[in-house]
Amino acid sequence: MSILVNKDTRLLVQGITGSEGLFHTQQMLAYGTNVVAGVTPGKGGEWVEGKVPVFDSVKKAAEVTGANTSIIFVPARFAPDAMLEAADAGIPLVICITEGVAVQDMMRVRNYLDQKKVRLIGPNCPGLLTPGESKVGIIPGDIAIPGNIGVVSRSGTLTYEVLYAMKNIGLGASTCVGIGGDPINGTNFIDCLKMFNEDPKTEKVVLIGEIGGNDEEKAAEYIANKMTKPVVSFIAGQSAPPGKRMGHAGAIIEGGAGTAADKIKALESAGVRVAKHPEEIAELLK
Amino acid sequence: MKLHEYQSKQIFSKYGIPIPKGRVAATAGEAKQIAEELGGRVVIKSQVLVGGRGKAGGIKLAKDPAEAEQLATQILGMEIKGLPVRKVLVDEAASIDQEIYLGITNDRAAKKPVIMASAAGGVDIEEVAATTPEKIIKVHIDPLLGIKDYQTRDIASGIDLPREYWKSFGEIVKGLWQAYSENDATLAEINPLIISKERLIALDGKMLIDDNAIFRHSALNEMRDLDVEAPSEIEARKYGLTFIKLDGDIGCMVNGAGLAMATMDIIKLFGGEPANFLDIGGGAGQDKVAAAMRIILTDPNVKAVLFNIFGGITRGDEVAKGILAAMQEVKPKVPMAIRLVGTNAEEGRKLLADADMITAETLADAAQKAVAAAKGA
Repeated sequence: MSILVNKDTRLLVQGITGSEGLFHTQQMLAYGTNVVAGVTPGKGGEWVEGKVPVFDSVKKAAEVTGANTSIIFVPARFAPDAMLEAADAGIPLVICITEGVAVQDMMRVRNYLDQKKVRLIGPNCPGLLTPGESKVGIIPGDIAIPGNIGVVSRSGTLTYEVLYAMKNIGLGASTCVGIGGDPINGTNFIDCLKMFNEDPKTEKVVLIGEIGGNDEEKAAEYIANKMTKPVVSFIAGQSAPPGKRMGHAGAIIEGGAGTAADKIKALESAGVRVAKHPEEIAELLK
Repeated sequence: MKLHEYQSKQIFSKYGIPIPKGRVAATAGEAKQIAEELGGRVVIKSQVLVGGRGKAGGIKLAKDPAEAEQLATQILGMEIKGLPVRKVLVDEAASIDQEIYLGITNDRAAKKPVIMASAAGGVDIEEVAATTPEKIIKVHIDPLLGIKDYQTRDIASGIDLPREYWKSFGEIVKGLWQAYSENDATLAEINPLIISKERLIALDGKMLIDDNAIFRHSALNEMRDLDVEAPSEIEARKYGLTFIKLDGDIGCMVNGAGLAMATMDIIKLFGGEPANFLDIGGGAGQDKVAAAMRIILTDPNVKAVLFNIFGGITRGDEVAKGILAAMQEVKPKVPMAIRLVGTNAEEGRKLLADADMITAETLADAAQKAVAAAKGA
């Protein structure tokens, strides 16, 4: 078992002929992910790697290939349109890798996708990896092995660091979810903690957070009240200088929270062991 | 990106929000001329992108054009929290019967914009939020529908605004909503919105614009004040790099914000001090890497550089090529430690095999080696 993606994932790649989209499609195919279709408007009818058909629209691609998950690699200014297109085509799970999407666009996209009951991962995220089954995103496949540890993270490369350190001592992941570092995103820590809590394969969970917002504090509350599996964590930004923050009104909304110290305190009081550096997480899982 | 008060108020005015009569001046002579045109008493307000201008003596009342000139000379010579005052706004002075706070920002938890208002305006709204949060009313706006009339009435009654002002207040709230949504603001704020002789006027204004949306607002981008940013940060932005200068001596180049922060954290953990935060972003190619290295090495405090690259969307061989190109160009004299793993790391390591660099397998190892190199240099 795993969460969100597995060997039944039929993946569609939006922006498949762009340089990032193409490169990572090749990587995903090499990993064994079932990439069934690609979309680049204006390039319908072409083929990628001789086996993935390209379509002009997500709707057409989904109808023909039965794709059930879409991953987006298009530039930031076109990404909101791509997310909405996937939702309108009836794709239930959308992963947006793109970094730098405007925040007001994201508020509109998120509210629309919620109405359509579409699950969004990201944007500005590395995607998902269920080792040995499916790689949907840009997490390098060879840094993780199958196992029973669920990993959820706001960061991209920091997650790789943790997966790699786990692999080096023989620990594998059930699924790794990169939820992305943007202020407005699709899936949050609590959504993933719930899924991991219910997944029979997952025995322990790693939560990788960073400064800003109060998602880690909310996750700590959920862990204290609902989580039945042990959780370990790392929070990035302990040395970050204060002052590089959002405007005053934003800070008010967030109730003045957001520092690494606050987050670590909240997690520790929920019984979570917090590592001093990312590689130490693997040690805490032993 | 932050806008100045005068820029924010000009935008507000375009959306029908009443602002005081006035103009911006770069010299005391201009300030005097504006004061003559306005007649009567004027307020001279320094235009710098920091809070607490009033307390720092950057806002003064002048009774006539001669005093306006004298005060403008004084304020234009000031530095407020390290920022030089290059412009002053000369506004007609207004009598104040009441001060209201009105602001719109993004509520990341609710995934929606939120309008905040308070009858206790004019003061630091953060202070109000901390001490008397019940004095602030919040109304969330559906980003797909925009603001509705009933919501403006809810806000007006929520702050006990007398009914005769509800209509004009509603127009101001809707104008501020338009200013916020059409300009991709992350904050649009009027503090205070005053009642003066039975009129509502936006006495002060503040806007923050989402840098990710600047591509569709070229006119706003031209308003950018470069004084608030270090030259290295401006240079970094040209290449799409996120760079923040710090006080330490170990330069860092990392891909990904989370890993960049974790790298700074671990340098500190092992007794070093990071010289910067630098995220080369996802998918950085040779050009970006070379620019990043130039920027790091212009800081004379840097005694060692740590490269921590965990390839994903960024490819190890591209980074290696960038490092080699930059080394040719800048001929660095400080020791450099590199850790390269992930996508195309093997190819990258091969390219760098002949370069004079300290290599490391783990992040902890890389950080310890960089700290030792900085101390030995």
